[in-house]
Amino acid sequence: MNVSTKIPTNGGWWLDKYGEAWKQQIEAVKSKFGGALEEVRDPWTYPTDVPIIYVKKDSLIQLLEFLKTDPAFAYSYLADYTATDEEVSPRFELVFNLYAMDRGHRIRVKCRLEEGEEAPTCISVWPGADWAEREIFDMFGVRFTDHPNLRRILMDYRWVGYPLRKDYPIDGFQLFPDAEAPDPERLK
Amino acid sequence: MDDKYTGSAGYTGLGQGASPAARMPTGVPEGRYTVEHDPDDLWDDSRVIINLGPTHPAMHGSFRMVAKINGETIEKSYCEFGYTHRAKEKLGENRTYHQFVVFTDRLNYCSALINNVAYSMAVEKLMGIEVPERCTWIRMMACEISRIIDHLICVGIGAVDVGAFSYFLYGFHQREEAYTLIEQLCGARLTTSYTRIGGLMYDAPVGWEDNVRSWIKETRRVTDEMDRLLTTNKIFCQRTQNVGKFSKEQALAFSFSGPSARASGVDWDLRRDQPCMFYPQMDFDVAIGTHGDVHDRYLVRVEEMRQSLKILEQCCDRIQKGPIWTEDKRVRIPAKQEVYTSMEAMIHHFKFFMTGFDVPVGEAYTAFEGANGEMGFYIVSKGGPSAHRMRIRGPSFWHYQALTPMAEGGKIADMIATLGSINIIAGELDR
Repeated sequence: MNVSTKIPTNGGWWLDKYGEAWKQQIEAVKSKFGGALEEVRDPWTYPTDVPIIYVKKDSLIQLLEFLKTDPAFAYSYLADYTATDEEVSPRFELVFNLYAMDRGHRIRVKCRLEEGEEAPTCISVWPGADWAEREIFDMFGVRFTDHPNLRRILMDYRWVGYPLRKDYPIDGFQLFPDAEAPDPERLK
Repeated sequence: MDDKYTGSAGYTGLGQGASPAARMPTGVPEGRYTVEHDPDDLWDDSRVIINLGPTHPAMHGSFRMVAKINGETIEKSYCEFGYTHRAKEKLGENRTYHQFVVFTDRLNYCSALINNVAYSMAVEKLMGIEVPERCTWIRMMACEISRIIDHLICVGIGAVDVGAFSYFLYGFHQREEAYTLIEQLCGARLTTSYTRIGGLMYDAPVGWEDNVRSWIKETRRVTDEMDRLLTTNKIFCQRTQNVGKFSKEQALAFSFSGPSARASGVDWDLRRDQPCMFYPQMDFDVAIGTHGDVHDRYLVRVEEMRQSLKILEQCCDRIQKGPIWTEDKRVRIPAKQEVYTSMEAMIHHFKFFMTGFDVPVGEAYTAFEGANGEMGFYIVSKGGPSAHRMRIRGPSFWHYQALTPMAEGGKIADMIATLGSINIIAGELDR
């Protein structure tokens, strides 16, 4: 923490520095996407460090593409891509932590999903999202439409269950007698 | 054990001229595990599928690359990992915030203190806690020492990977001395668990800054010596220049960060661009490469060691005596003396370690410039003593993804050099 500045909320000094820009950006996103947004949580009214934009699944890729390419936003760097299990309906939330490299702004985009619902893949926006999506599938069981190689990444390919779901037990183990052989299908 | 998949039957040993049937492991359905054959291709029969790895855990960690090679050229490959998966994110949801400090050591175990500091900062940000000045200075110094250790290992092992073994030993002594400095701080060398939410485990001992100063002096000499020894070495240059190239655009598309991104020409350092602690008051430069190859990654790391030494020197001059714990009663662990003499402190101590402290509802993503890149913690709290979601963003996860595009079309030995240069640490790759 920067000790030269007091921390009023968990947004810290970011609010002083980026607050005005965030306000303008939230207004701009609201006017452009309007009905496609579910909700916008800002750091002034909700305990978060950066604004959170909840977007409907159908407009997710469109919004990410807009945030990435529009010069007023330029959130061109995918800092982190993960999911959370909220244990209510809709159950899962995809979480994008975006970073604007030129100005140092951060923002968060979320997309709610029902259990069993497929999400659109964002490999077209960031090629590096490939493994992150595989990890979300591995850990939460969220499937991605049109993902070229949606298979488990950290767990064994024979694993049963999705470990980071809240109803998954923390003890117990699954044993596999042999290692995974190289798969020529993936080397074509 | 089922003998069906044991060994690498069918893929190695039977080279040129072997019929497709002979190259198949026994008992595997026809057509599944064969290389596709093209009768018009002159090199068809010389292609084999090999496992590069799983590497020994003491090397870069356990992971493997499965590659289809033609002679020595990797034509197509994919990476497999997860051998070190310890479900840290799940543990983060089932342990208290205090207990989770221990698990952060085992992320990037070459620079454990950076993970400790980044995690503590993440929880402090969530709770709105500010730590005193001395604590911040010690944390900064610990981070920079760890960064140097990490870079010494990376450039040293990178040189070993391309065949220059003795080079590694030049840096190894200073690395041991650095661990001795860390041992003076917390008693542990590798798995430090040094930070606490809102403070530190112990204060730095009297005269620690002087030890650091003499270490800086010696390390600067060693860094220069290593630089002179290897940087312009003809064999090393030929092995590393124009190998494993990754452009700026590719690096950003694959979410590269840290030295690997800077080697590709991305002018970005979180210590400068998103300052935390006392970094805004520090005078240091950000090293940037231009080619994005293995040699540039090496150069950026060597220069970063020098800059870290510069930061450390400034820290040594400015560190003052003072408290190391925040005054916030929610997170402050009562002093042992009070625990043994006052009932209230004992109850507080018991409550703290048995149930943990409550973190208010909220969420925050905290990123810190780790040795390898952006070390991020995305913590969602729904109240209570443990997190609702403890997401760890390890830079190695994103870097390792780019190994396949970097290695394809190159030689096997180039792949090894590339792997060493992006410094994959299995601990933060698998989490």
